[in-house]
Amino acid sequence: MSGPILRCQGLTKTYGKGETAVPALRGVDFQADAGEVVMLVGPSGCGKTTLLSVLAGVLDGDGGAVQVLGHDLFALSGAEKTRLRRHGIGFVFQSFNLVPTLSVMENVAVPLLIQGEKRSRALDMARAALDPVGLADKAKMLPGQLSGGQQQRVAIARAIVHAPPLIVCDEPTSALDHRTGEQVVGLLRDLARQRNCCLLVVTHDSRIFPFADRIAEMDDGRVVAIRQNTGN
Amino acid sequence: MALRMLVGDRAKYLGIVVALAFTSFVMIQQPATFLGILRHTYGFITDIGIGDVWVMDPKAKHLDDVKPMMDSELQRVRGIQGVDWAMPLYKGGIRARLDSGDFVQCQMIGIDETTLIGGPGRMVLGRLADLRQADGIIVDTASAASRLAVAQGTGTRPMTIGDSIELNDHRAQVVGTAISSSNFQSMPTVYTTYARVKTFLSSERKLLSFVLVGVKDGTDPQAVADAIRRSTGLAAYTTEGFIDRSLKHFLGNTGMILNFAMSAGMGFLIGAFIAGQTFYNFTNDNLRHFGVMKAMGAGSAMLVRMILVQALYLGLAGFGLGAGAGAAMGFNLARVDPHLVFRMPWQLIAVGGAAALSVVVVAALLAIRKVVRLEPAQVFKA
Repeated sequence: MSGPILRCQGLTKTYGKGETAVPALRGVDFQADAGEVVMLVGPSGCGKTTLLSVLAGVLDGDGGAVQVLGHDLFALSGAEKTRLRRHGIGFVFQSFNLVPTLSVMENVAVPLLIQGEKRSRALDMARAALDPVGLADKAKMLPGQLSGGQQQRVAIARAIVHAPPLIVCDEPTSALDHRTGEQVVGLLRDLARQRNCCLLVVTHDSRIFPFADRIAEMDDGRVVAIRQNTGN
Repeated sequence: MALRMLVGDRAKYLGIVVALAFTSFVMIQQPATFLGILRHTYGFITDIGIGDVWVMDPKAKHLDDVKPMMDSELQRVRGIQGVDWAMPLYKGGIRARLDSGDFVQCQMIGIDETTLIGGPGRMVLGRLADLRQADGIIVDTASAASRLAVAQGTGTRPMTIGDSIELNDHRAQVVGTAISSSNFQSMPTVYTTYARVKTFLSSERKLLSFVLVGVKDGTDPQAVADAIRRSTGLAAYTTEGFIDRSLKHFLGNTGMILNFAMSAGMGFLIGAFIAGQTFYNFTNDNLRHFGVMKAMGAGSAMLVRMILVQALYLGLAGFGLGAGAGAAMGFNLARVDPHLVFRMPWQLIAVGGAAALSVVVVAALLAIRKVVRLEPAQVFKA
């Protein structure tokens, strides 16, 4: 795919209506390319997660323009957005969001099963995806038997197993200690670069900023500054 | 994936299955017992297994409401067009004195000596024709081993061929034992010939309880019954009609149906509430995971399919266990005590299965509403 992975111009989003309306995005201009690690940072309530949700196609914006993986999100139907997410986007969440009753391997296979892959092939691919995150030997364990860092690495394997061109991460280190957080983000960055996929991370954890190629600072619903990280 | 999610949460999974099994157990066991008891009301008719029309006194309301007729009625019935054969049948109570000196109230059936029509369908010991021997009687197997059992040493043994009892001060000799449906009062059944009934009950003037009629080939039993009714003034019903009449009488004049319906209904409601609530809670607990899957690109249809698969699996597992346990208990108890009749026709299994499935399907539909409305963006909230 040529061109940017993500691009939005004048993107707006308001929660509620009338007197209770709360503007969350007030005209965001933003772009991210393949192989790039971009972090969205800013104070609580500045619109980071809302922007991530709209760019990931799980929340509708109100105005402006959004292009994700070459698709105009405002022109896509609900089913088309679902299909775009299914094949094009990997997700890493703040609280891991692993299914506790499924084994590590089965959790990683979820995106493939959603795509309609056969169970046996999905499990084979899931086992292979656990190798780069160093958890191949934990494939049959339950998430509850792993540490927080290990669970987040399982979530990373789940995000990359179907080789999406875009991975979105919401506060991926907030439930981890500093050292584990750095290891996890370092792993994420390396895997994203190896696969030439765009990694979009929402975080307020300044200790992981050095892993970003670019840092987009948000405030009051706008991207107010974009810093290029040199030496990375 | 849906089933792994379900069975992985073992405590909840077992909770739902056990609740559904309980619901199904009550839904099957109570009505099956009820149907078994109902069979007492018409078992005698089906046991005979022959005859198309039953003729009786017009005031007789059901099988056990015998109003004896004059023997001459038999000849009148035989004269009706369409009647191929007509046989007398006696059905009434008699007091039996055992060798031990104990008295037992029995049901005595008197059948035509020549044709033996009206005799028990399945002989266990002896032959039906042995009934023609002097003082011959056939007793039902279950009673032979229980209420009619013969004292032996410190215990008892089943009554068998060659044993004798006194019926109304007349000696009667056992010439066979047979399988016979329990009657409503669980009295022992004693078969003998119609002619011999007159000996046992010599003081009775009228003994004809029923006339059992076979219709000519190609003749409608209902038309013959109507003709008998018109010509003789007696009541005449087809076999099915008489079963129906006896059943309706018991259902309409006893509180049985209400009592059993209440037991089954209460069991169903309690089990349904527990199972439904637990399944709904289970789906609610997994709402976040369904949201994650939705964010990852699972459509609502896929999630609905997952929940329905879980519901159907639970329904089948719970119903299978409950119905199986109900049937095992019922049939085993009935084997131990033949008076405990248990009937489990396919219609009952179908209704019980549908009820168990409806519980989980309703709970699933409530859960599905939430899953379909779930916004995938919620997964980004901590």
